[in-house]
Amino acid sequence: MKTPVIQAKDLNLTFETNDGPVHALKGVNLDIQQGDFVSFIGPSGCGKTTFLRCIAGLETPTGGSLTVNGMSPDDARKARAYGYVFQAAGLYPWRTIGGNIRLPLEIMGYSKQKQAEQVQRTLELVDLAGFEKKFPWQLSGGMQQRASIARALAFDADILLMDEPFGALDEIVRDHLNAELLKLWDRTGKTVGFVTHSIPEAVFLSTKIVVMSPRPGRITDVIESTLPRERPLEIRDSKEFIEIAHRVREGLKAGSEV
Amino acid sequence: MKHLLPVLTVVIALLAVWYIACIPMNVKEVLTTAERAGVPIDPPSAAERRDMGHLALVLRNTDALGGSWSQDRARLPSPHQITAELWKSTWEEEVNGRRGIVRSGSLSNRSLIYHGWITLSATFVGFLIGAGLGVLLAVGIVHSRVMDMSVMPWAIISQTIPIVALAPMIIVVLYSVGINGLIPKAIISAYLSFFPVVVGMVKGLRAPDHMQLDLLKTYNATKSQTFWKLRLPSSVPYLFTSLKIGIAASLVGAIVGELPVQRGGLGARMLGGSYYGQTEQIWAALFVAAGMAALLVWLIGWLEKRTLTRMGMLT
Ligand SMILES: Nc1ncnc2c1ncn2[C@@H]1O[C@H](COP(=O)(O)OP(=O)(O)O)[C@@H](O)[C@H]1O
Ligand SMILES: [Mg+2]
Repeated sequence: MKTPVIQAKDLNLTFETNDGPVHALKGVNLDIQQGDFVSFIGPSGCGKTTFLRCIAGLETPTGGSLTVNGMSPDDARKARAYGYVFQAAGLYPWRTIGGNIRLPLEIMGYSKQKQAEQVQRTLELVDLAGFEKKFPWQLSGGMQQRASIARALAFDADILLMDEPFGALDEIVRDHLNAELLKLWDRTGKTVGFVTHSIPEAVFLSTKIVVMSPRPGRITDVIESTLPRERPLEIRDSKEFIEIAHRVREGLKAGSEV
Repeated sequence: MKHLLPVLTVVIALLAVWYIACIPMNVKEVLTTAERAGVPIDPPSAAERRDMGHLALVLRNTDALGGSWSQDRARLPSPHQITAELWKSTWEEEVNGRRGIVRSGSLSNRSLIYHGWITLSATFVGFLIGAGLGVLLAVGIVHSRVMDMSVMPWAIISQTIPIVALAPMIIVVLYSVGINGLIPKAIISAYLSFFPVVVGMVKGLRAPDHMQLDLLKTYNATKSQTFWKLRLPSSVPYLFTSLKIGIAASLVGAIVGELPVQRGGLGARMLGGSYYGQTEQIWAALFVAAGMAALLVWLIGWLEKRTLTRMGMLT
Protein backbone atom coordinates (compact mmCIF):
# COMPACT_ATOMS: atom_id res chain seq x y z
CA MET A 1 0.00 0.00 0.00
CA LYS A 2 1.22 3.47 -0.96
CA THR A 3 1.85 6.08 1.70
CA PRO A 4 -1.12 8.44 2.00
CA VAL A 5 -0.91 11.91 0.46
CA ILE A 6 -2.52 13.37 3.54
CA GLN A 7 -2.31 11.64 6.89
CA ALA A 8 -3.81 12.89 10.15
CA LYS A 9 -3.09 11.08 13.40
CA ASP A 10 -4.99 11.97 16.54
CA LEU A 11 -5.21 15.58 15.37
CA ASN A 12 -6.44 18.18 17.85
CA LEU A 13 -7.08 21.88 17.49
CA THR A 14 -8.39 24.03 20.31
CA PHE A 15 -9.05 27.73 19.76
CA GLU A 16 -8.52 29.81 22.85
CA THR A 17 -11.31 32.38 22.77
CA ASN A 18 -12.58 34.96 25.24
CA ASP A 19 -15.45 32.62 26.07
CA GLY A 20 -13.09 29.77 26.86
CA PRO A 21 -11.56 27.05 24.67
CA VAL A 22 -13.34 25.84 21.53
CA HIS A 23 -12.49 22.26 20.54
CA ALA A 24 -12.67 22.65 16.79
CA LEU A 25 -11.01 19.28 16.13
CA LYS A 26 -10.57 16.38 18.50
CA GLY A 27 -8.84 13.06 17.86
CA VAL A 28 -9.09 13.22 14.08
CA ASN A 29 -7.56 10.24 12.25
CA LEU A 30 -7.69 10.14 8.47
CA ASP A 31 -5.70 8.84 5.50
CA ILE A 32 -6.21 10.30 2.06
CA GLN A 33 -4.66 8.38 -0.85
CA GLN A 34 -3.33 9.74 -4.09
CA GLY A 35 -6.23 10.43 -6.47
CA ASP A 36 -8.95 10.23 -3.82
CA PHE A 37 -11.91 12.55 -3.96
CA VAL A 38 -12.72 13.11 -0.30
CA SER A 39 -15.76 15.04 0.90
CA PHE A 40 -16.12 16.42 4.39
CA ILE A 41 -19.73 16.69 5.45
CA GLY A 42 -21.33 17.71 8.70
CA PRO A 43 -23.36 20.45 10.34
CA SER A 44 -22.06 23.95 10.57
CA GLY A 45 -19.33 24.39 13.20
CA CYS A 46 -18.09 20.78 13.15
CA GLY A 47 -14.62 21.80 12.06
CA LYS A 48 -14.71 21.09 8.30
CA THR A 49 -13.14 24.42 7.39
CA THR A 50 -10.69 24.16 10.25
CA PHE A 51 -9.51 20.72 9.13
CA LEU A 52 -9.07 21.90 5.54
CA ARG A 53 -7.15 24.96 6.75
CA CYS A 54 -4.92 22.69 8.84
CA ILE A 55 -4.09 20.65 5.76
CA ALA A 56 -3.34 23.92 3.96
CA GLY A 57 -1.03 25.13 6.74
CA LEU A 58 -3.27 28.14 7.38
CA GLU A 59 -4.11 26.89 10.87
CA THR A 60 -1.73 25.21 13.32
CA PRO A 61 -3.00 22.11 15.15
CA THR A 62 -2.52 22.06 18.89
CA GLY A 63 -1.94 18.31 19.04
CA GLY A 64 -1.38 15.14 17.04
CA SER A 65 0.40 14.90 13.71
CA LEU A 66 -0.50 15.87 10.18
CA THR A 67 1.55 15.31 7.04
CA VAL A 68 0.93 16.44 3.48
CA ASN A 69 3.04 14.74 0.80
CA GLY A 70 5.12 13.43 3.70
CA MET A 71 5.93 16.98 4.86
CA SER A 72 4.54 19.26 7.51
CA PRO A 73 1.56 21.25 6.16
CA ASP A 74 3.58 24.47 6.35
CA ASP A 75 6.41 23.01 4.29
CA ALA A 76 3.86 21.63 1.84
CA ARG A 77 2.34 25.10 1.56
CA LYS A 78 5.75 26.58 0.86
CA ALA A 79 6.33 23.87 -1.74
CA ARG A 80 3.00 24.92 -3.30
CA ALA A 81 1.60 21.42 -2.92
CA TYR A 82 -2.07 22.39 -3.22
CA GLY A 83 -4.54 24.80 -4.77
CA TYR A 84 -7.20 26.21 -2.45
CA VAL A 85 -10.69 27.28 -3.51
CA PHE A 86 -12.59 29.44 -1.03
CA GLN A 87 -16.35 29.67 -0.65
CA ALA A 88 -16.37 33.08 -2.35
CA ALA A 89 -14.65 33.31 -5.72
CA GLY A 90 -12.67 36.33 -4.48
CA LEU A 91 -11.42 37.31 -7.92
CA TYR A 92 -9.54 40.60 -8.11
CA PRO A 93 -11.90 43.11 -9.71
CA TRP A 94 -8.97 44.97 -11.30
CA ARG A 95 -7.73 41.88 -13.12
CA THR A 96 -9.32 40.17 -16.08
CA ILE A 97 -10.25 36.49 -15.78
CA GLY A 98 -6.97 35.64 -17.49
CA GLY A 99 -5.15 38.04 -15.16
CA ASN A 100 -6.70 36.41 -12.12
CA ILE A 101 -5.63 32.95 -13.22
CA ARG A 102 -2.18 34.33 -13.94
CA LEU A 103 -1.86 35.68 -10.37
CA PRO A 104 -0.38 32.55 -8.74
CA LEU A 105 1.84 32.01 -11.78
CA GLU A 106 3.26 35.53 -11.48
CA ILE A 107 3.89 35.03 -7.79
CA MET A 108 5.58 31.70 -8.38
CA GLY A 109 7.80 33.19 -11.05
CA TYR A 110 6.62 31.33 -14.16
CA SER A 111 7.97 32.67 -17.45
CA LYS A 112 5.64 34.87 -19.52
CA GLN A 113 5.24 32.17 -22.13
CA LYS A 114 4.55 29.44 -19.58
CA GLN A 115 2.01 31.74 -17.90
CA ALA A 116 0.11 32.21 -21.16
CA GLU A 117 0.12 28.47 -21.84
CA GLN A 118 -1.11 27.57 -18.37
CA VAL A 119 -3.86 30.21 -18.48
CA GLN A 120 -5.12 28.88 -21.80
CA ARG A 121 -4.99 25.28 -20.62
CA THR A 122 -6.81 25.90 -17.34
CA LEU A 123 -9.41 28.14 -18.98
CA GLU A 124 -10.26 25.24 -21.28
CA LEU A 125 -10.26 22.85 -18.34
CA VAL A 126 -13.03 24.83 -16.61
CA ASP A 127 -14.84 25.59 -19.86
CA LEU A 128 -14.11 29.32 -19.87
CA ALA A 129 -12.09 29.55 -23.08
CA GLY A 130 -12.84 32.91 -24.70
CA PHE A 131 -13.45 34.70 -21.41
CA GLU A 132 -9.81 35.53 -20.75
CA LYS A 133 -10.19 39.24 -21.44
CA LYS A 134 -13.45 39.70 -19.51
CA PHE A 135 -13.54 41.32 -16.09
CA PRO A 136 -15.11 39.40 -13.17
CA TRP A 137 -18.19 41.64 -13.00
CA GLN A 138 -19.01 40.61 -16.56
CA LEU A 139 -19.41 36.95 -15.47
CA SER A 140 -22.17 35.13 -13.59
CA GLY A 141 -21.53 33.77 -10.08
CA GLY A 142 -21.07 30.23 -11.39
CA MET A 143 -18.57 31.36 -14.01
CA GLN A 144 -16.67 33.36 -11.41
CA GLN A 145 -16.41 30.29 -9.21
CA ARG A 146 -15.14 28.28 -12.19
CA ALA A 147 -12.52 30.95 -12.76
CA SER A 148 -11.45 30.67 -9.13
CA ILE A 149 -11.10 26.89 -9.58
CA ALA A 150 -9.01 27.55 -12.67
CA ARG A 151 -6.83 29.85 -10.55
CA ALA A 152 -6.27 26.99 -8.08
CA LEU A 153 -5.46 24.57 -10.91
CA ALA A 154 -3.15 26.89 -12.84
CA PHE A 155 0.09 25.91 -11.13
CA ASP A 156 -0.38 22.15 -11.35
CA ALA A 157 -0.45 21.30 -7.66
CA ASP A 158 -1.37 17.65 -7.06
CA ILE A 159 -3.87 18.48 -4.35
CA LEU A 160 -7.01 20.57 -4.71
CA LEU A 161 -8.68 21.78 -1.50
CA MET A 162 -12.17 23.26 -1.83
CA ASP A 163 -14.24 24.79 0.97
CA GLU A 164 -17.91 24.80 -0.01
CA PRO A 165 -17.03 26.20 -3.42
CA PHE A 166 -20.59 25.91 -4.73
CA GLY A 167 -22.37 26.79 -1.49
CA ALA A 168 -23.58 30.15 -2.74
CA LEU A 169 -24.85 28.94 -6.11
CA ASP A 170 -28.31 27.78 -7.11
CA GLU A 171 -28.97 24.08 -7.58
CA ILE A 172 -29.03 23.95 -11.38
CA VAL A 173 -25.68 25.69 -11.69
CA ARG A 174 -24.38 23.54 -8.91
CA ASP A 175 -25.36 20.27 -10.60
CA HIS A 176 -23.64 21.42 -13.73
CA LEU A 177 -20.46 22.43 -11.89
CA ASN A 178 -20.43 19.14 -9.97
CA ALA A 179 -20.47 17.18 -13.21
CA GLU A 180 -17.72 19.42 -14.59
CA LEU A 181 -15.65 18.98 -11.45
CA LEU A 182 -15.88 15.20 -11.68
CA LYS A 183 -14.68 15.29 -15.29
CA LEU A 184 -11.87 17.56 -14.31
CA TRP A 185 -10.84 15.29 -11.47
CA ASP A 186 -10.95 12.27 -13.77
CA ARG A 187 -8.79 14.00 -16.39
CA THR A 188 -6.20 15.44 -14.01
CA GLY A 189 -5.98 12.65 -11.45
CA LYS A 190 -5.66 15.16 -8.61
CA THR A 191 -6.34 14.42 -4.96
CA VAL A 192 -9.34 16.49 -3.90
CA GLY A 193 -10.50 17.58 -0.44
CA PHE A 194 -14.01 18.99 -0.72
CA VAL A 195 -16.11 20.55 2.05
CA THR A 196 -19.88 20.54 1.64
CA HIS A 197 -23.03 20.38 3.67
CA SER A 198 -25.06 18.81 0.88
CA ILE A 199 -25.52 15.03 1.09
CA PRO A 200 -26.26 14.47 -2.63
CA GLU A 201 -23.24 16.58 -3.56
CA ALA A 202 -20.96 14.59 -1.29
CA VAL A 203 -22.24 11.22 -2.51
CA PHE A 204 -22.17 12.21 -6.16
CA LEU A 205 -18.59 13.48 -6.10
CA SER A 206 -16.66 11.39 -3.63
CA THR A 207 -14.66 8.22 -3.47
CA LYS A 208 -14.55 8.72 0.29
CA ILE A 209 -17.05 10.57 2.44
CA VAL A 210 -15.96 11.82 5.84
CA VAL A 211 -18.89 12.47 8.17
CA MET A 212 -18.15 14.91 10.99
CA SER A 213 -20.02 16.16 14.04
CA PRO A 214 -19.59 19.18 16.27
CA ARG A 215 -18.68 19.98 19.88
CA PRO A 216 -16.01 18.72 19.82
CA GLY A 217 -15.39 18.57 16.06
CA ARG A 218 -14.60 14.95 15.18
CA ILE A 219 -15.00 12.29 12.52
CA THR A 220 -17.93 9.95 13.17
CA ASP A 221 -17.87 7.87 9.99
CA VAL A 222 -15.75 7.35 6.88
CA ILE A 223 -17.65 5.89 3.94
CA GLU A 224 -15.80 4.38 0.98
CA SER A 225 -18.03 4.92 -2.04
CA THR A 226 -18.86 1.92 -4.19
CA LEU A 227 -20.02 4.06 -7.12
CA PRO A 228 -18.02 3.76 -10.34
CA ARG A 229 -15.59 6.49 -11.36
CA GLU A 230 -17.76 7.36 -14.36
CA ARG A 231 -20.84 9.10 -12.94
CA PRO A 232 -23.60 10.61 -15.05
CA LEU A 233 -26.05 12.91 -13.20
CA GLU A 234 -28.70 10.15 -13.45
CA ILE A 235 -26.67 8.00 -11.10
CA ARG A 236 -28.33 9.94 -8.32
CA ASP A 237 -31.51 7.90 -8.89
CA SER A 238 -29.73 4.54 -8.58
CA LYS A 239 -30.25 2.25 -5.62
CA GLU A 240 -26.57 2.31 -4.74
CA PHE A 241 -26.50 6.09 -4.58
CA ILE A 242 -29.56 6.21 -2.36
CA GLU A 243 -28.05 3.60 -0.03
CA ILE A 244 -24.84 5.60 0.40
CA ALA A 245 -26.81 8.80 0.94
CA HIS A 246 -28.83 6.96 3.58
CA ARG A 247 -25.67 5.89 5.39
CA VAL A 248 -24.37 9.47 5.36
CA ARG A 249 -27.66 10.70 6.76
CA GLU A 250 -27.55 8.05 9.51
CA GLY A 251 -23.99 9.08 10.33
CA LEU A 252 -25.02 12.72 10.62
CA LYS A 253 -27.98 11.81 12.80
CA ALA A 254 -25.87 9.65 15.10
CA GLY A 255 -23.38 12.49 15.46
CA SER A 256 -26.03 14.98 16.48
CA GLU A 257 -27.58 12.64 19.08
CA VAL A 258 -24.44 12.42 21.19
CA MET B 1 -26.95 67.54 -18.09
CA LYS B 2 -29.88 66.43 -15.98
CA HIS B 3 -28.24 68.27 -13.07
CA LEU B 4 -28.42 71.57 -14.91
CA LEU B 5 -31.89 72.59 -13.85
CA PRO B 6 -31.53 71.93 -10.10
CA VAL B 7 -28.10 73.56 -10.04
CA LEU B 8 -29.37 76.58 -11.92
CA THR B 9 -32.32 76.90 -9.54
CA VAL B 10 -30.02 76.92 -6.53
CA VAL B 11 -27.72 79.47 -8.13
CA ILE B 12 -30.62 81.80 -8.93
CA ALA B 13 -31.98 81.47 -5.40
CA LEU B 14 -28.56 82.26 -3.93
CA LEU B 15 -28.18 85.30 -6.17
CA ALA B 16 -31.62 86.54 -5.15
CA VAL B 17 -30.78 86.22 -1.45
CA TRP B 18 -27.48 87.97 -2.09
CA TYR B 19 -29.07 90.95 -3.86
CA ILE B 20 -31.66 91.31 -1.10
CA ALA B 21 -28.99 91.07 1.60
CA CYS B 22 -27.09 93.94 -0.05
CA ILE B 23 -29.85 96.38 0.99
CA PRO B 24 -29.60 96.15 4.81
CA MET B 25 -25.88 95.38 4.75
CA ASN B 26 -24.96 98.53 2.84
CA VAL B 27 -27.77 100.82 4.01
CA LYS B 28 -25.63 103.21 6.13
CA GLU B 29 -23.08 103.97 3.44
CA VAL B 30 -25.80 104.17 0.78
CA LEU B 31 -27.80 106.71 2.81
CA THR B 32 -24.70 108.83 3.45
CA THR B 33 -23.92 108.89 -0.25
CA ALA B 34 -27.55 109.75 -1.08
CA GLU B 35 -27.56 112.50 1.52
CA ARG B 36 -24.49 114.08 -0.08
CA ALA B 37 -26.34 114.01 -3.38
CA GLY B 38 -29.13 116.04 -1.78
CA VAL B 39 -31.74 113.37 -1.10
CA PRO B 40 -33.64 113.93 2.18
CA ILE B 41 -32.92 111.12 4.66
CA ASP B 42 -34.89 110.10 7.75
CA PRO B 43 -33.51 110.69 10.35
CA PRO B 44 -31.38 113.51 8.93
CA SER B 45 -28.68 113.36 11.62
CA ALA B 46 -25.77 111.01 10.84
CA ALA B 47 -25.08 110.56 14.58
CA GLU B 48 -28.63 109.37 15.14
CA ARG B 49 -28.41 107.01 12.19
CA ARG B 50 -25.25 105.44 13.52
CA ASP B 51 -27.08 103.93 16.49
CA MET B 52 -30.05 102.68 14.53
CA GLY B 53 -30.65 99.15 13.27
CA HIS B 54 -30.04 98.40 9.62
CA LEU B 55 -33.55 97.14 8.96
CA ALA B 56 -35.19 100.17 10.56
CA LEU B 57 -33.14 102.44 8.31
CA VAL B 58 -34.17 100.44 5.28
CA LEU B 59 -37.86 100.67 6.19
CA ARG B 60 -37.74 104.45 6.80
CA ASN B 61 -35.86 105.27 3.60
CA THR B 62 -37.31 102.97 0.98
CA ASP B 63 -36.92 105.68 -1.68
CA ALA B 64 -33.22 106.34 -1.16
CA LEU B 65 -31.84 102.81 -1.55
CA GLY B 66 -31.08 102.89 -5.28
CA GLY B 67 -27.36 102.80 -4.61
CA SER B 68 -27.42 99.51 -2.65
CA TRP B 69 -25.90 97.57 -5.53
CA SER B 70 -23.37 100.09 -6.78
CA GLN B 71 -21.94 101.47 -3.55
CA ASP B 72 -18.19 101.91 -3.60
CA ARG B 73 -16.39 99.83 -0.91
CA ALA B 74 -19.70 98.29 0.06
CA ARG B 75 -19.79 96.01 3.05
CA LEU B 76 -21.39 93.43 0.81
CA PRO B 77 -20.65 94.15 -2.83
CA SER B 78 -23.30 92.87 -5.22
CA PRO B 79 -22.58 89.92 -7.53
CA HIS B 80 -22.33 92.11 -10.62
CA GLN B 81 -19.82 94.40 -8.89
CA ILE B 82 -17.71 91.36 -8.08
CA THR B 83 -18.06 90.07 -11.62
CA ALA B 84 -16.90 93.44 -12.92
CA GLU B 85 -13.94 93.36 -10.52
CA LEU B 86 -13.11 89.82 -11.68
CA TRP B 87 -13.17 90.95 -15.30
CA LYS B 88 -11.15 94.05 -14.53
CA SER B 89 -8.47 92.20 -12.59
CA THR B 90 -8.07 89.42 -15.12
CA TRP B 91 -8.75 90.17 -18.79
CA GLU B 92 -8.68 93.98 -18.60
CA GLU B 93 -5.51 94.04 -16.52
CA GLU B 94 -3.58 91.54 -18.63
CA VAL B 95 -4.80 92.44 -22.11
CA ASN B 96 -5.35 96.18 -21.92
CA GLY B 97 -3.41 97.20 -18.80
CA ARG B 98 -0.03 98.89 -18.91
CA ARG B 99 1.53 96.14 -16.78
CA GLY B 100 -0.39 93.30 -18.44
CA ILE B 101 1.20 90.41 -20.26
CA VAL B 102 0.26 91.83 -23.66
CA ARG B 103 2.15 95.11 -23.22
CA SER B 104 4.86 94.20 -20.73
CA GLY B 105 5.48 90.57 -21.58
CA SER B 106 4.93 89.36 -18.02
CA LEU B 107 1.86 88.93 -15.84
CA SER B 108 0.72 92.06 -13.98
CA ASN B 109 1.14 91.93 -10.21
CA ARG B 110 -2.35 93.42 -9.97
CA SER B 111 -4.06 90.63 -11.81
CA LEU B 112 -5.74 87.65 -10.26
CA ILE B 113 -4.17 85.45 -12.90
CA TYR B 114 -0.77 86.36 -11.52
CA HIS B 115 -1.82 85.87 -7.90
CA GLY B 116 -3.83 82.76 -8.70
CA TRP B 117 -0.79 81.23 -10.36
CA ILE B 118 1.39 81.96 -7.33
CA THR B 119 -1.13 80.22 -5.09
CA LEU B 120 -1.60 77.36 -7.52
CA SER B 121 2.10 76.61 -7.82
CA ALA B 122 2.48 76.50 -4.03
CA THR B 123 -0.62 74.28 -3.90
CA PHE B 124 0.83 71.85 -6.44
CA VAL B 125 4.22 71.59 -4.78
CA GLY B 126 2.60 71.26 -1.36
CA PHE B 127 0.17 68.65 -2.61
CA LEU B 128 2.93 66.58 -4.19
CA ILE B 129 4.96 66.67 -0.99
CA GLY B 130 1.89 66.02 1.20
CA ALA B 131 0.43 63.22 -0.91
CA GLY B 132 3.82 61.57 -1.39
CA LEU B 133 4.56 61.76 2.33
CA GLY B 134 1.05 60.52 3.12
CA VAL B 135 1.40 57.46 0.90
CA LEU B 136 4.86 56.63 2.29
CA LEU B 137 3.69 56.98 5.89
CA ALA B 138 0.65 54.80 5.15
CA VAL B 139 2.85 52.08 3.65
CA GLY B 140 5.05 52.23 6.75
CA ILE B 141 2.10 52.18 9.12
CA VAL B 142 0.55 49.14 7.44
CA HIS B 143 3.79 47.18 7.43
CA SER B 144 5.30 48.11 10.76
CA ARG B 145 3.57 47.85 14.08
CA VAL B 146 6.05 50.26 15.59
CA MET B 147 5.18 52.90 13.01
CA ASP B 148 1.49 52.23 13.47
CA MET B 149 1.83 52.91 17.20
CA SER B 150 4.18 55.88 16.88
CA VAL B 151 3.26 57.80 13.72
CA MET B 152 -0.51 57.71 13.80
CA PRO B 153 -0.98 59.53 17.15
CA TRP B 154 1.43 62.26 16.03
CA ALA B 155 -0.34 62.62 12.73
CA ILE B 156 -3.61 63.11 14.57
CA ILE B 157 -2.11 65.57 17.05
CA SER B 158 -0.56 67.53 14.20
CA GLN B 159 -4.02 68.22 12.83
CA THR B 160 -5.39 69.55 16.11
CA ILE B 161 -3.04 72.54 16.05
CA PRO B 162 -4.78 75.43 14.29
CA ILE B 163 -2.93 76.07 11.06
CA VAL B 164 -3.36 79.85 11.31
CA ALA B 165 -1.35 79.76 14.53
CA LEU B 166 1.29 77.48 13.11
CA ALA B 167 1.73 79.09 9.69
CA PRO B 168 3.51 82.29 10.83
CA MET B 169 5.89 80.21 12.97
CA ILE B 170 6.79 77.95 10.08
CA ILE B 171 7.41 80.97 7.88
CA VAL B 172 9.50 82.80 10.46
CA VAL B 173 11.58 79.73 11.30
CA LEU B 174 12.22 78.93 7.66
CA TYR B 175 12.99 82.57 6.90
CA SER B 176 15.61 82.61 9.62
CA VAL B 177 17.44 79.75 7.90
CA GLY B 178 17.21 81.52 4.58
CA ILE B 179 14.24 79.71 3.03
CA ASN B 180 11.45 81.89 1.69
CA GLY B 181 9.15 82.22 -1.28
CA LEU B 182 7.31 79.15 -2.46
CA ILE B 183 8.80 76.49 -0.17
CA PRO B 184 7.35 77.66 3.20
CA LYS B 185 3.89 77.93 1.67
CA ALA B 186 4.25 74.50 0.08
CA ILE B 187 5.24 73.06 3.48
CA ILE B 188 2.15 74.51 5.14
CA SER B 189 0.11 73.18 2.28
CA ALA B 190 1.72 69.75 2.62
CA TYR B 191 1.08 69.85 6.37
CA LEU B 192 -2.64 70.08 5.71
CA SER B 193 -2.82 67.60 2.85
CA PHE B 194 -0.74 64.67 4.09
CA PHE B 195 -3.24 63.76 6.79
CA PRO B 196 -6.28 62.80 4.72
CA VAL B 197 -3.96 60.88 2.40
CA VAL B 198 -2.45 58.90 5.30
CA VAL B 199 -5.86 58.04 6.72
CA GLY B 200 -7.39 57.08 3.37
CA MET B 201 -4.36 55.15 2.21
CA VAL B 202 -4.04 53.17 5.46
CA LYS B 203 -7.68 52.23 5.13
CA GLY B 204 -7.18 51.25 1.50
CA LEU B 205 -4.06 49.19 2.13
CA ARG B 206 -5.93 47.36 4.88
CA ALA B 207 -9.02 46.83 2.75
CA PRO B 208 -8.18 43.25 1.60
CA ASP B 209 -10.02 40.77 3.83
CA HIS B 210 -8.72 37.61 5.52
CA MET B 211 -9.72 35.42 2.66
CA GLN B 212 -7.75 37.41 0.13
CA LEU B 213 -4.69 37.45 2.37
CA ASP B 214 -5.04 33.69 3.00
CA LEU B 215 -5.22 33.08 -0.73
CA LEU B 216 -1.85 34.75 -1.20
CA LYS B 217 -0.54 32.75 1.73
CA THR B 218 -1.46 29.53 -0.06
CA TYR B 219 0.79 30.71 -2.90
CA ASN B 220 3.50 31.43 -0.34
CA ALA B 221 3.61 35.03 -1.61
CA THR B 222 6.15 37.42 -0.09
CA LYS B 223 5.20 40.63 1.72
CA SER B 224 6.23 42.73 -1.21
CA GLN B 225 4.21 40.59 -3.64
CA THR B 226 1.22 40.97 -1.35
CA PHE B 227 1.77 44.71 -1.39
CA TRP B 228 2.13 45.18 -5.13
CA LYS B 229 -0.45 42.65 -6.26
CA LEU B 230 -3.15 43.02 -3.63
CA ARG B 231 -2.81 45.90 -1.17
CA LEU B 232 -1.82 48.63 -3.58
CA PRO B 233 -4.50 47.96 -6.23
CA SER B 234 -7.12 47.60 -3.47
CA SER B 235 -6.20 51.02 -2.12
CA VAL B 236 -6.64 52.95 -5.37
CA PRO B 237 -10.29 53.97 -4.87
CA TYR B 238 -9.51 55.05 -1.28
CA LEU B 239 -6.45 56.95 -2.46
CA PHE B 240 -8.40 59.04 -4.94
CA THR B 241 -11.07 59.91 -2.41
CA SER B 242 -8.43 61.20 -0.01
CA LEU B 243 -6.52 62.96 -2.78
CA LYS B 244 -9.65 65.01 -3.48
CA ILE B 245 -9.80 66.12 0.14
CA GLY B 246 -6.03 66.56 0.18
CA ILE B 247 -5.81 68.88 -2.80
CA ALA B 248 -8.54 71.14 -1.44
CA ALA B 249 -6.68 71.24 1.89
CA SER B 250 -3.47 72.03 0.00
CA LEU B 251 -5.10 75.09 -1.53
CA VAL B 252 -6.28 76.29 1.87
CA GLY B 253 -2.76 75.75 3.22
CA ALA B 254 -1.18 77.78 0.43
CA ILE B 255 -3.61 80.65 1.01
CA VAL B 256 -3.05 80.62 4.76
CA GLY B 257 0.70 80.62 4.10
CA GLU B 258 0.28 83.78 2.02
CA LEU B 259 -1.50 85.74 4.73
CA PRO B 260 1.51 86.64 6.93
CA VAL B 261 3.80 87.59 4.02
CA GLN B 262 2.35 90.10 1.63
CA ARG B 263 4.31 88.74 -1.30
CA GLY B 264 1.58 87.87 -3.74
CA GLY B 265 -0.94 85.07 -4.02
CA LEU B 266 -4.67 84.96 -3.42
CA GLY B 267 -4.15 84.99 0.35
CA ALA B 268 -2.21 88.23 0.08
CA ARG B 269 -4.96 89.72 -2.11
CA MET B 270 -7.63 88.81 0.43
CA LEU B 271 -5.75 90.26 3.38
CA GLY B 272 -4.64 93.32 1.36
CA GLY B 273 -8.23 93.92 0.34
CA SER B 274 -9.36 93.90 3.94
CA TYR B 275 -6.61 96.37 4.99
CA TYR B 276 -7.83 98.89 2.47
CA GLY B 277 -11.57 98.14 2.63
CA GLN B 278 -11.49 96.78 -0.91
CA THR B 279 -14.29 94.32 -0.39
CA GLU B 280 -14.71 93.67 -4.09
CA GLN B 281 -11.08 92.62 -4.24
CA ILE B 282 -11.56 90.21 -1.34
CA TRP B 283 -14.59 88.66 -2.90
CA ALA B 284 -12.99 88.41 -6.33
CA ALA B 285 -9.96 86.63 -4.84
CA LEU B 286 -12.31 84.40 -2.88
CA PHE B 287 -14.18 83.40 -6.01
CA VAL B 288 -10.99 82.67 -7.89
CA ALA B 289 -9.87 80.47 -4.98
CA ALA B 290 -13.22 78.66 -4.92
CA GLY B 291 -13.09 78.17 -8.67
CA MET B 292 -9.58 76.80 -8.43
CA ALA B 293 -10.59 74.39 -5.66
CA ALA B 294 -13.51 73.14 -7.74
CA LEU B 295 -11.26 72.70 -10.76
CA LEU B 296 -8.60 70.82 -8.80
CA VAL B 297 -11.13 68.46 -7.21
CA TRP B 298 -12.72 67.91 -10.58
CA LEU B 299 -9.31 67.14 -12.06
CA ILE B 300 -8.64 64.47 -9.46
CA GLY B 301 -12.15 63.10 -10.01
CA TRP B 302 -11.43 62.88 -13.73
CA LEU B 303 -8.15 61.07 -13.09
CA GLU B 304 -9.97 58.74 -10.71
CA LYS B 305 -12.57 57.86 -13.31
CA ARG B 306 -9.95 57.26 -15.97
CA THR B 307 -7.77 55.13 -13.70
CA LEU B 308 -10.63 53.01 -12.35
CA THR B 309 -12.02 52.50 -15.84
CA ARG B 310 -8.64 51.34 -17.06
CA MET B 311 -8.33 49.04 -14.06
CA GLY B 312 -11.75 47.60 -14.90
CA MET B 313 -13.15 48.63 -11.52
CA LEU B 314 -15.71 51.08 -12.87
CA THR B 315 -18.60 49.34 -14.57
N1 LIG C 1 -10.16 31.56 14.24
C1 LIG C 1 -11.04 31.02 15.11
N2 LIG C 1 -11.04 31.42 16.39
C2 LIG C 1 -11.91 30.88 17.28
N3 LIG C 1 -12.80 29.92 16.98
C3 LIG C 1 -12.85 29.48 15.71
C4 LIG C 1 -11.97 30.02 14.71
N4 LIG C 1 -12.24 29.39 13.54
C5 LIG C 1 -13.24 28.52 13.79
N5 LIG C 1 -13.60 28.56 15.10
C6 LIG C 1 -14.61 27.73 15.74
O1 LIG C 1 -14.29 26.39 15.49
C7 LIG C 1 -15.44 25.62 15.22
C8 LIG C 1 -15.34 24.96 13.87
O2 LIG C 1 -15.42 25.96 12.86
P1 LIG C 1 -15.37 25.63 11.31
O3 LIG C 1 -14.19 24.79 11.03
O4 LIG C 1 -15.44 26.92 10.58
O5 LIG C 1 -16.70 24.80 11.08
P2 LIG C 1 -17.43 24.40 9.72
O6 LIG C 1 -16.56 24.82 8.59
O7 LIG C 1 -17.61 22.93 9.82
O8 LIG C 1 -18.74 25.10 9.72
C9 LIG C 1 -16.62 26.57 15.34
O9 LIG C 1 -17.18 26.43 16.63
C10 LIG C 1 -16.00 27.91 15.18
O10 LIG C 1 -16.72 28.87 15.89
MG1 LIG D 1 -16.94 26.22 6.98
